[in-house]
Amino acid sequence: MTANAPALLAQDVTLSFGRRPVLDAVDLEVRRREVLALVGPNGAGKSTLLSVLAGDLAPDRGEVLLEGRPLADWRLREMSRRRAVLTQEHKISFPFPTVDVVRMGRAPWRGLPEEDHDEQVVAEAMATADIDHLAGQPFGLLSGGEKGRTSFARVLAQRTGVLLLDEPTAALDIGHQETVLAHARTQAAAGAAVVVVLHDLSLAAAWSDRVALLHHGRVTAEGAPREVFTAPLLSLVYDHPIDVLAHPGTGELLVLPDRRSLMSREETA
Amino acid sequence: MTATVPGPAVRSQAARVGSATATAAVDRRRRRRVVLLYAGLGIALVVAALVAGGSGQLSIPVNEILGSIAHRLGLDVGPLPSHPRGEYTLWNVRFSRIAMAVIVGGSLAVAGAAMQGVFGNPLAEPSVVGVSSGAAVAAAVAIVFGLRFAGDWSIPVCAFVGGLVTTLLVYALSRSDGRTEVVTLVLTGIAVNAVAGALLALLMFVGDTQARESIVFWQLGSLNGSRWSYVVVVAPLALVGVVVALACARSLDLLSLGERSARHLGVNVERLRVVLIVVVALLTAAAVSFCGIVAFVGLVVPHLVRMVTGPGHRVLLIASFLAGALVLICADTVARTFVAYTDLPLGMLTSLVGGPFFFWLLRRTRRTAGGWA
Repeated sequence: MTANAPALLAQDVTLSFGRRPVLDAVDLEVRRREVLALVGPNGAGKSTLLSVLAGDLAPDRGEVLLEGRPLADWRLREMSRRRAVLTQEHKISFPFPTVDVVRMGRAPWRGLPEEDHDEQVVAEAMATADIDHLAGQPFGLLSGGEKGRTSFARVLAQRTGVLLLDEPTAALDIGHQETVLAHARTQAAAGAAVVVVLHDLSLAAAWSDRVALLHHGRVTAEGAPREVFTAPLLSLVYDHPIDVLAHPGTGELLVLPDRRSLMSREETA
Repeated sequence: MTATVPGPAVRSQAARVGSATATAAVDRRRRRRVVLLYAGLGIALVVAALVAGGSGQLSIPVNEILGSIAHRLGLDVGPLPSHPRGEYTLWNVRFSRIAMAVIVGGSLAVAGAAMQGVFGNPLAEPSVVGVSSGAAVAAAVAIVFGLRFAGDWSIPVCAFVGGLVTTLLVYALSRSDGRTEVVTLVLTGIAVNAVAGALLALLMFVGDTQARESIVFWQLGSLNGSRWSYVVVVAPLALVGVVVALACARSLDLLSLGERSARHLGVNVERLRVVLIVVVALLTAAAVSFCGIVAFVGLVVPHLVRMVTGPGHRVLLIASFLAGALVLICADTVARTFVAYTDLPLGMLTSLVGGPFFFWLLRRTRRTAGGWA
């Protein structure tokens, strides 16, 4: 692998579903030791972009390089030892117990020396995702949040240097949202490149190093949360009045919808 | 691992130990169940084979069967069958029939388990979706038109091609978005079975009396007249099918996460699908070629096994083979001894039990899936 190449690089990625353009000439660099948040309104192309980065969808134009090599040149098995993907859907066809689902994350390492650490890695991943107590439960019977955490544990167990997380905080309670993103940070601090699709902009501001704001299939703005998250830009992109303020105690960025106009309209009605 | 791989999780040692013991308990419980199941199935198979060997119009006591086997192995212990035709009946009629029951039952159960895995649907089964009838149509063509292009292998080759075409057809028709919904699968099965039934009827119409009789015998399914020469033909098909299915067991586990996640974990989903479709066709052909359509074994057996051992495919496939073999030996023994001097159709018996079971599964699936999805 090339030492200086970015973990993932999307160049001029363009993709349409039928006649509907979904991604339009997207350039994106995913660096090591960094959490990159993909944000944007519904239908902006966040999940599609993540699928392209993961190699699930081939773009109509442009290409994606993983560690400097085009995705098409990677063997699937080899790639699965470099990058892990958390999808939005957590379903299973048969009633596997939770611990087996996490163990599936070790499949790419079968037959390699790393296999010897399987049990330890699985135990650590389960502890991180706080699902120890669910080990013997069938995955299908877990709640939405518990499924999400189990899938997160599976992705962690894969022990890859690149993590692609599609809405990892969906259906999670506030405590687990924080733990999951804090752990994504820990991974980045240890050298991983993390891409995370988020809807909650305050969460994105708190936990990411860089954000890419998508709008109509294009990267409208990219940079540190403080640069990108400005009230006028967000209000425009989300087509809704949005306020950005600093937390009075910590100075953290808070992104809130501005409800004043809405309320006054209702009061007058 | 490369240098970029992150270090261990930051968590209390206590939690990690707790998780390890919980996991160990799950594994221990499962291992015990698997060992018990294997042992139970192994013993039951031997007992069932001995009972099947001894019962029939000519009754042979167990000690004489054991004695006969010992003598064939070169050991001079135990009595030989006392009846003058005992030895012949045992080795040329009953044992070949038992061997066929093992192959057919095991193949169908493994085909069912593999099909359920690749369709991601617990209701997939060769006879339900029409693969068995598809294979039977092609085999009937071989009989009616007297095709002998490959000697004894002609009928199995035709059955394999018929099964393969039908499996591909069903697969292409019933899947959307990487999954098959129950309704689509069952309705596709109805359509395929209807067409296959019509083609069989047509073949019966054009065929002579002898061909007609053979086809009727197939639709009912029977192990009657299983000779060693047939066993030798289908055994390699079944062996290849089972071995390849077992080699795919881990990928099948991963596939249950959905195609996307399986790909992310390094599974070449497209190749896995093609390989398993060929395996299903191979196993179905092995079962159908000489014994006709024996329905629902591939549905009932894997389900019962899953209830005991969980859904892990390696254990599931092995245990399904053993349990399928056991079920068919028992069913066949009932079929030929229940009414004296009559060989009841085996397919009728399995359908009599399997039909209601399918119905129960359908209702349960509807309840748990929250609809017909």
